[in-house]
Amino acid sequence: MKNIDATGHVTGKSVYLDDIPEQKGTLHAVVLGAAVAHGKITKLDFTEALSSPGVEYIFTADDIPGENQIGGIFPDEPLFAEKEVHYQGQPIALIVAKDEFTARKARKLIKAEYEEYSAVVDPREAKEKGLLLFPPRTFHSGDVEKAWENCDYIFKGRADTAGQEHLYIETQGAYVYPLENNNLMVHSSTQGPTAVQKTIALVLGLPMHRIEVNVTRLGGGFGGKEDQATPWACMAALAAYKIHRPVKLILQRPDDMLMTGKRHPYSSDFKIGLSKDLKILAFETVYYQNGGAAADLSPPIMGRSLFHATNSYYIPNVKATGYSCKTNLPPFTAFRGFGAPQAVFVMEAAITLAAEKLDVPARIIQEKNLIKENDTFHYGQKAKRVNAGKSWQEMMKDYGIEKLAKEIYDFNAAHETVKKGLAIMPICFGISFTKTAMNQARALVHIYQDGSVGVSTGAIEMGQGVNTKLLQVAAQCFSISPGRVKLETTNTTRVANTSPTAASSGADLNGKALLNACDDLVKRLKQSAARMLNTKPDDIELRDEKIYLANTETDITWEKLVEYTFLERISLSAVGHYATPVIHFDRTREKGHPFAYHVYGTAALTVRLDCLRGRYTFEKVQIVHDFGNSLNQVIDLGQIEGGLAQGIGWMTLEELKFDEKGVLLSNSLSTYKIPDIYAVPETVQCKSLVTEGPELAILRSKAVGEPPFLYGIGAYFALRNAIRAFNPKADLKFEAPLTPEKVLLALYGDDET
Amino acid sequence: MISFILNDRLIQTDKPAGMPLLDFIRYEQDLKGTKSGCREGDCGACTVIEGKLVNGKLQYRTIVSCLTPLGNVQGKHIVTVEGLNTEKPSPVQVALVEHNGTQCGFCTPGFVVSLTAYLMAEETGPENAIAAIDGNICRCTGYQSIKRASEDVEKLKSELTGSDSIRQFIEKKIIPDWFGNIEERLKAIPPLKKLSGEKTIIIGGGTDLMVQQPDDIRGLDITFLHDADDLKGISFQNNYCTIGAETPASEIMNSIELQRHFPKLKEYFKLISSTQIRNMGTLAGNFVNASPIGDLSIIFLALNADIYLNENEDRKRKISLKDFFLDYKKLDLHASEIIEKIVFRLPDTNTRFHFEKVGKRTHLDIASVNSAILLKTENDVITEAYLSAGGVSPVPLYLKETSAFLKGKEITAGTVVEANHIAQQEISPISDIRGSEAYKRLLLRQLIFIHFLELFPEMVLFNELIDVQT
Repeated sequence: MKNIDATGHVTGKSVYLDDIPEQKGTLHAVVLGAAVAHGKITKLDFTEALSSPGVEYIFTADDIPGENQIGGIFPDEPLFAEKEVHYQGQPIALIVAKDEFTARKARKLIKAEYEEYSAVVDPREAKEKGLLLFPPRTFHSGDVEKAWENCDYIFKGRADTAGQEHLYIETQGAYVYPLENNNLMVHSSTQGPTAVQKTIALVLGLPMHRIEVNVTRLGGGFGGKEDQATPWACMAALAAYKIHRPVKLILQRPDDMLMTGKRHPYSSDFKIGLSKDLKILAFETVYYQNGGAAADLSPPIMGRSLFHATNSYYIPNVKATGYSCKTNLPPFTAFRGFGAPQAVFVMEAAITLAAEKLDVPARIIQEKNLIKENDTFHYGQKAKRVNAGKSWQEMMKDYGIEKLAKEIYDFNAAHETVKKGLAIMPICFGISFTKTAMNQARALVHIYQDGSVGVSTGAIEMGQGVNTKLLQVAAQCFSISPGRVKLETTNTTRVANTSPTAASSGADLNGKALLNACDDLVKRLKQSAARMLNTKPDDIELRDEKIYLANTETDITWEKLVEYTFLERISLSAVGHYATPVIHFDRTREKGHPFAYHVYGTAALTVRLDCLRGRYTFEKVQIVHDFGNSLNQVIDLGQIEGGLAQGIGWMTLEELKFDEKGVLLSNSLSTYKIPDIYAVPETVQCKSLVTEGPELAILRSKAVGEPPFLYGIGAYFALRNAIRAFNPKADLKFEAPLTPEKVLLALYGDDET
Repeated sequence: MISFILNDRLIQTDKPAGMPLLDFIRYEQDLKGTKSGCREGDCGACTVIEGKLVNGKLQYRTIVSCLTPLGNVQGKHIVTVEGLNTEKPSPVQVALVEHNGTQCGFCTPGFVVSLTAYLMAEETGPENAIAAIDGNICRCTGYQSIKRASEDVEKLKSELTGSDSIRQFIEKKIIPDWFGNIEERLKAIPPLKKLSGEKTIIIGGGTDLMVQQPDDIRGLDITFLHDADDLKGISFQNNYCTIGAETPASEIMNSIELQRHFPKLKEYFKLISSTQIRNMGTLAGNFVNASPIGDLSIIFLALNADIYLNENEDRKRKISLKDFFLDYKKLDLHASEIIEKIVFRLPDTNTRFHFEKVGKRTHLDIASVNSAILLKTENDVITEAYLSAGGVSPVPLYLKETSAFLKGKEITAGTVVEANHIAQQEISPISDIRGSEAYKRLLLRQLIFIHFLELFPEMVLFNELIDVQT
């Protein structure tokens, strides 16, 4: 089934936040951000700005009736900075005017001065200075210290990955207007409407029921709107609440890039020990996560790094420690993969270092150590229905990877200034929010008298196709045409206390809740059909909009049954609730069963490197992916291809740069480059691994949002191999992104220019 | 009063001529299908089709509405995604739906518009469907599904014949019926009177000024030169080529005659911005913006072009482009002067030209370093040499010493390596967002090597260069 939004998208009729018709008298806002990354505000003079025509009001922390606090996990982040600023772009004030242009011009008239303090931008420096956002965590299994003694080879190294700008094409924004009794209607481009509702309530000192948050869809999220859509909604809500006017706040791109957090940069140390036959016996790693100026979602992101420290390998002795370091950069936040990609990069770097030192292809070590059925992950969960080996072998065989490796070897021998590189990238990703309590969802289903169906859930549609999947779930459960089902907007008054749409779990959690609601309704409908036909409900079946009795079609249609049920005064509405069973985790021991299931897959990436220019092209990426029993192959393939491109972008092209004072240098699309159509792989092949799929996945269709991002990590290693084919002595740090600059410098080393 | 046709409606507006077309479309006309993504021409979400009369005939191409000042659309036909909608989806829309070429959908209208414009473009338009969307960024799909959709569009393109195009597009349901009389309706709209206040600012295509100071421009009197016919066009006379100052990059790229003289012209220009921006950005604009990495500046420096400056009918002068760039963003240009045209000698059979550009992203990016070279040889000896490089000094740099050195030299690896050594003395790159100083120096060396490897493959070998070097 095609994405249900596709026609709206191609005709430009789909409604995004800034497309909502404006109410008369709508005011527009822009945010004043701190000019320096760390300092004391010594002067803040609005006189001139306030006197410019069209400017209505300028809000600061002083105007907040409730708490000046937006920290989602720890209360460590003010909505508006009061005395000190801790990162460049940190919001200080909100300028509200008759239009955005006027507000923007007024912003330039504000006189703000600072006493600048020294800024910390490096996480290792922060750790040295004791600047941690929260206490460190360590995951253990086996006994690493003892294990080193049994290792034949031990290698140590360091691996660094830079941050990544989300670059959702729709920037952050909110549109808020007062309802009667000064309740608030909040339209927000958020992945987490409940977080928006709860935080506005806190900031305004109101009960949550006075805030209604509505989301139609997002123009991309990728994690960037999980937590960080909240401040803009709070600001617009504050203004609307205080001056009783509709207020719209949409960040222009430079403000969005400056003021919002991105994927966390990590700097990590690792130590890997292997036996003679290349089994990894021990692995120790320390992550220095650059958390930025406030905790935001850093705690669970660090958690996921620790969970994914060994990627898809079984290692008997593991010690992984994570420090979340406080720096003078914007609070880094969720981004597809949520800490796992950074950890997986370290693991792959360790294997690659060992392979290079031992002069064997990395894939030999990788394959020997893939996790197998009933192995135990270092966090205590027993691996079940493992597809690591299966996807690896299928990929090697179906795509003829050994032959490909030989072809590349021959190509490199025959070509002087063009080299190719190959990397194999196995992945393993745990599905569930690692905070067990978040693994719950609800859905509200109405069957209307005419047989049409309205579905509300807590899921946010942001391009991943969750609404299409949910529609399929309802249509399948009722056995009716998909055309009868409508997915409603996500609204906190219809479905409350939602978890954000994140952790790849949107379809699973909301789908299961929806299934429960639909099952309830089916039960009621069967009962009323049984009454109509004078039989037992068990003999009834809903099939293709008809009612079947003992496998025989009756003349009762779906519409007739619905009408009859309504007239019988039986409720045609149901709320479904779902909480993932089985999962648990003990934070004191760092052991448990945190994931409903794992997603596996393997990719082979081939890169072609122009050694004269340092330019590269990914020729092909060949994937075998574990979809389970895919509910929608078209949509799932889109997630693979899109996640892969983002992963390759992070590893090669996208270079998030701050200077030593914490000033963002890559502050626009002309300085921060994401893949364009020429920068993505020339070919992507993706095969589905044939498996039954786990019961805990929605209709056995596995979660697919984040895992494919990890395939992109292979880009670094493929490119590294191509560079080494040209210059075996290349001084290559495990540092991503591997930009054309780093590539060229590595190709020619210390050559004189 | 600015008049133009927006989709099927005549617009007459008193809004400021410097207002971005995007804002007018979205917020004054409530056409919300055109999206705002970056406001610097780098994402393509706001792409619209611009139709204009060229010699009485309507021609369509894409532009980005965020960088188009309202004044630049006087007398034109602007088509947004809404203008492409009919009761049934168009073949372009169908292709994107069928191949799942849309996820979040925010960038999608831009792709629809670009692909439709590709179908409508003249033969000299984008070389294929992918090239037509080189200025459209999508963050969700990874483009594979969009590439599959583009194949359908390509197939449709191949079924179109050259004649009576608008009717054909209507018949194929690429565009709605009402496109049929746009040509006639446009002819009734007069050209924009030049606004000439005292404090007036000059705008060409807008692709730099509208990025750098959109808010300041909005309220100013503006002189719009973009559609001044006397500043446009490419002509040839006695081995010389003249290009009007307001000629957009795409017209230079797609000039059949220039391609004859520079067989790799399209490859060079493919590295310069995107289809939309090349349709807007002008030759003179690239010069006066004075960016040290202006691609056109670098190309025409190596072509040893002269520029003609014009204050008024009585005050005109000609200078070499080499002398135009004085210092960082400082030009030999008086406040009331404009560039009228450039003139350069076309290469003869003994002359070879090459351009190289390397940026972080190969396409739609600003160069880290770019370089162009023109060499005339007789019996393997260089008789004329012009070498330029961008990103290595405060100005687009003509490498005077290196060029002088090359003159009279035999083409050998030794000459090339020595030329690089001299070039390294001439440049003064700084570390910035586009690369470290060490990288820019290495990159220029590579580009100088590549010039010779590309132009004289039979005489210079990569191995030799590296051997001589070390």
